[in-house]
Amino acid sequence: MAPDKGKVMQLFLEQLTNGLAVGGIYALIALGYTMVYGVLKLINFAHGDLFTIGAYLGLTLLLSLGLTGHIGSAAGILVLILMVMGLVAVIGALLERAAYRPLRTSPRLSAVVSALGASIFFQNAIMLIYGARFRVYPHDLLPVTAISLFGLTIPVMRIVLFGASIVMMTGLYLFVQRTRTGTAIRAAAIDQGAARLMGIDVNRVIMYVFLIGPALGGAAGMMVGLYYGQINFTMGWVYGLKAFTAAILGGIGNIPGAMLGGLLLGVIESLGATYISLAWKDAISFIVLILILIVRPTGILGERVADKV
Amino acid sequence: MSKHTLLSLSDLTKSFGGVLAVSEVSFEVHQGSIVGLIGPNGAGKTTVFNLITGNYLPDRGSIFFDGRDISGMRTNMIVSLGIARTFQTIRLFQNMSALENVLAGCHCRMRSGIFGAMLRLPWQKHEEREAIDIAAGELEFVGLDSNPDMAARNFSYGNQRLLEIARALATRPKFLILDEPAGGMNDHETRSLVRIISQIRDRGITVLLIEHDMNLVMKVCEELVVLDHGIMIARGTPEGIQKDQSVIEAYLGPPGNDEDEDF
Repeated sequence: MAPDKGKVMQLFLEQLTNGLAVGGIYALIALGYTMVYGVLKLINFAHGDLFTIGAYLGLTLLLSLGLTGHIGSAAGILVLILMVMGLVAVIGALLERAAYRPLRTSPRLSAVVSALGASIFFQNAIMLIYGARFRVYPHDLLPVTAISLFGLTIPVMRIVLFGASIVMMTGLYLFVQRTRTGTAIRAAAIDQGAARLMGIDVNRVIMYVFLIGPALGGAAGMMVGLYYGQINFTMGWVYGLKAFTAAILGGIGNIPGAMLGGLLLGVIESLGATYISLAWKDAISFIVLILILIVRPTGILGERVADKV
Repeated sequence: MSKHTLLSLSDLTKSFGGVLAVSEVSFEVHQGSIVGLIGPNGAGKTTVFNLITGNYLPDRGSIFFDGRDISGMRTNMIVSLGIARTFQTIRLFQNMSALENVLAGCHCRMRSGIFGAMLRLPWQKHEEREAIDIAAGELEFVGLDSNPDMAARNFSYGNQRLLEIARALATRPKFLILDEPAGGMNDHETRSLVRIISQIRDRGITVLLIEHDMNLVMKVCEELVVLDHGIMIARGTPEGIQKDQSVIEAYLGPPGNDEDEDF
């Protein structure tokens, strides 16, 4: 029965790599939720829509600039992703200014309502600008080749996607752990009052968080467009919820936790869809969410959050 | 020693709801001195500190620091002008290491921003290395250099207080405010704290402190300001204050009222 065994293994590995690629995307989005929560104790419900904006801006730039034709597909896409990150970062910072900063001293619920409002606003704005139908990313940008590893064929795109998310997450981790601004962000997340007394401008820290999180979310949006080929104005809702689940799975407020939670959720979902039922794919994610909330409300790496409060 | 006035409070008033926490308090702190702010619990001492560091806005009165009116300024601005403080209840960044805590204190004296950090510019790296040297130096100054990578929460209570002092010193202050620095310290730790406070002054940093340990206050302070129910009731040298009738009454109650409190 050797060939069968091989096939079983192959299917497993295929789904595992797929899960990691999708998980990388969840992780990138989850970082935005978790960083904002860490500093403001606010769930930015509009974050999923910033992700959608990233996907649409990526498509617009891809079609209008023709960069990929001039400097090659790979380099063109890299430049475009950086542009999308920059643009979505600016939108994120504007969102904070307009929707959250005026409510900084109000009860927390007001900011949550404002976040939901911003989400509805973004979703409808995208629909009015781009229309309600699915939009399609050009599919001939990158060679649709696959490489063979130990009899396993993995699409190049999947590897690129996973690699890109790992690079961004590592960059963020080093930034937060090693630099002056990163230390300021961590300090403000622990105790804003004490951080101010270290001369840290907490408003600026909050702005940084609203630049970095949306930049990563926007990049994830474009990556989804490239990977799946089609995008829709409501996609941010499901991805946002999944990433939010991932952030809680890892321990909300905890940056490595969001990365771990995202990858883990991607793998769980992918394997669940294969071995249990494809139709249950989304349900599996939310069952995971419910189980965490019951068994370990602080998340996998979330102990630190608990003693922070 | 020059008698340059570093901090001057005039008619400082703050009330919370109907409670007058600080009422028309005026005093000056001269550069290079160590001044103690004392008084019974609830006298408004910490409120005065919170007013100086911009945590509260005064209802009335002004705060001049180094010739500038700082009342109403944002806390991080006040810190960058050269005021640092520690807290009565320790407020370290508990999950961060000792060194990282002190590094956070270096923040306002560094200039590099978010983009420099991402691009890893050479002078940026240089500045970060410099900050680590400063932070390590401050840890050594308070005697906590043996475990720079240990998380702040794992330090003993007394050492957490010293770590807060190191973190405050890393902001390069001209003026350091210590809120009950000896709280929770044993005799041995208190003795080394007295030495550290004197050394801080010898570095040219003016110190204002709240402390209930009268032994420490009398030993280290050159001048005392006494608050009771938000009102300044006395001011002078430790020797003079010890004999001041109104101070004795504030602590022990009016004559004939037997309360057990040592002063």
